[in-house]
Amino acid sequence: MQVDQLYQEIILDHYKHPHGRGLREPYAAEAHHVNPTCGDEVTIRVALDDDTLSDVSYDGMGCSISQASASVLHELLTGRDTGQAFAVHAAFVELMSGRGQVTPEEELLGDAVAFAGVARYPARVKCALLPWMAFKDAAARAGVDVEAGNEDSNERSEVKTA
Amino acid sequence: MTSIAIPPGMPQYDDVPRYDVEAVRADFPILGREVNGHPMVYLDSANTSQKPRQVLDALRQHYERHNGNVSRSVHTVGTEATEAYEGARAKVATFINAPSPDEVVFVKNSTEAINLVAYAFSNASVGAGGDPRFRLGPGDEIVISEMEHHSNIVPWQLLCERTGATLRWFPVTDGGRLDESGLEELVNERTKLVSFVHMSNILGTINATARITERVRQVGALLLLDCSQSVPHLPVDVVDLDADFIAFTGHKMCAPSGIGVLWGRGELLAAMPPVFGGGSMIETVAMTGSTYAPPPARFEAGTPPIAEAVALGAAVDYLTGIGMRAIQWHEKELTAYALDALETVPGLRIFGPTVPVGRGGTISFGLEGIHPHDVGQVLDAEGVEVRVGHHCARPVCVRFGVPATTRASFYLYTTTGEVDALVRGLEQVRKVFG
Ligand SMILES: Cc1ncc(COP(=O)(O)O)c(C=O)c1O
Repeated sequence: MQVDQLYQEIILDHYKHPHGRGLREPYAAEAHHVNPTCGDEVTIRVALDDDTLSDVSYDGMGCSISQASASVLHELLTGRDTGQAFAVHAAFVELMSGRGQVTPEEELLGDAVAFAGVARYPARVKCALLPWMAFKDAAARAGVDVEAGNEDSNERSEVKTA
Repeated sequence: MTSIAIPPGMPQYDDVPRYDVEAVRADFPILGREVNGHPMVYLDSANTSQKPRQVLDALRQHYERHNGNVSRSVHTVGTEATEAYEGARAKVATFINAPSPDEVVFVKNSTEAINLVAYAFSNASVGAGGDPRFRLGPGDEIVISEMEHHSNIVPWQLLCERTGATLRWFPVTDGGRLDESGLEELVNERTKLVSFVHMSNILGTINATARITERVRQVGALLLLDCSQSVPHLPVDVVDLDADFIAFTGHKMCAPSGIGVLWGRGELLAAMPPVFGGGSMIETVAMTGSTYAPPPARFEAGTPPIAEAVALGAAVDYLTGIGMRAIQWHEKELTAYALDALETVPGLRIFGPTVPVGRGGTISFGLEGIHPHDVGQVLDAEGVEVRVGHHCARPVCVRFGVPATTRASFYLYTTTGEVDALVRGLEQVRKVFG
């Protein structure tokens, strides 16, 4: 396997220069997810203005794939209405679950198409999905109907107490 | 490496037994494979070791020629299987210098061995009649260390929850050694059990046990050593160690997965209540109650991993044939070479002892600014197989303030050329993330 299929320039770029990183106020809800096998962590906050995601802020610690994925998520979902956001969410989950056989929808996924190569590395799919699963949890806690989303996260989730 | 003159009368370097590494490698079919277009460089033997043809042959031969259940048949293959299974027990006993094969209990792995002791404590603590050495309650203490594998932490946390006893631990120094400075206070009259790792699977540290053992004896506690990483790599002598229990696991010592060992002092095993109930562990069963077989059978309920035990016997024969002293020395030289080589990599920090003394061939490190996952991924693309993560020893990562580490671990078949491949791979990692 070619490692540069995994580490696309776009991914490395988001990793080295993350967009919108940092937890911001005000927010409607947050979720903290960890990947118990490697200890990667991410916290996602969502702020809502009616049906619009006025901000998706995040912080985290982990590998390039999980952290770049959080940066891309912020960029793709901030400012969207929740219905669109979950369409993007579903497309990303589908891409990641596709073992490299799914053709990404460029229109919908933007920079996230760079993660197509990650789907060929089963050990890394969880890294890419970590912030997206945390996002879904945070949105659900904020009262967004997330039923349309994908259900196959097995990361642990906890409400942040600090 | 700097060379120093060894005073006359002391063992000289030439006295050290050696073997031909290339000949050893030829015994391991998997070492000939490629990964991602490169010859595989397997540096993850602390996770699980590779298996020589001799062991694979023993496994197949057992199923092809001698398969029957053990201890419950008069027929020929049943008798042969029983002899092979008990023969493996005797080989293991000799390998660790156990006074009797009856002190060797076959289990699934180290984790089960440790849990078995923990549940024996549990069972002795409920109801009357349990041996006082295994009875635990509020006020009693169990001592472990901060450098344990999760399998030597969680069973004791659970045991303390069940019994109300208190769990305490030895801290780890900045240099990656056990901090014994609080020994006298930590191990005291309230201590019922001390359980710690002989060789750390994350730091590579080989713990000196004598001082702790002496203190354990003074206070009348019991001592368990997690020898999962030491038995495969150096000569281990249970009499010399003066432990009460040791645990180790076959898959890290050239045997298949599914077989491990709890060794216990005969007199202690005899005083231990059973943990699993079922066939083969009984003396007599009546509907009103049962009596139990003496050890080791008492602790081996149900059909055991027979072929796996036989293959462990073959692994012991294989390792003994090469010589544990020779293997220990090979890994020591390799470790010295690797520590020197890794020092040349910019931004690399070693967690654990940085000199090849009191440590084995397992080296954890961090590369500044690059997550271990990414290190491992790029190395894999170069055919170099290392482990990344917390290595089931999360408290050590917390101790050193990192979420994870990258770990290279060696065995009898590892070469200096493979260490070079690791160092070259790390250059590649720095290029991708530079
Ligand atoms: C020090 C140590 N203890 C315990 C274990 C557990 O071994 P197993 O998973 O075979 O039970 C391991 C290996 O993973 C280990 O390295």
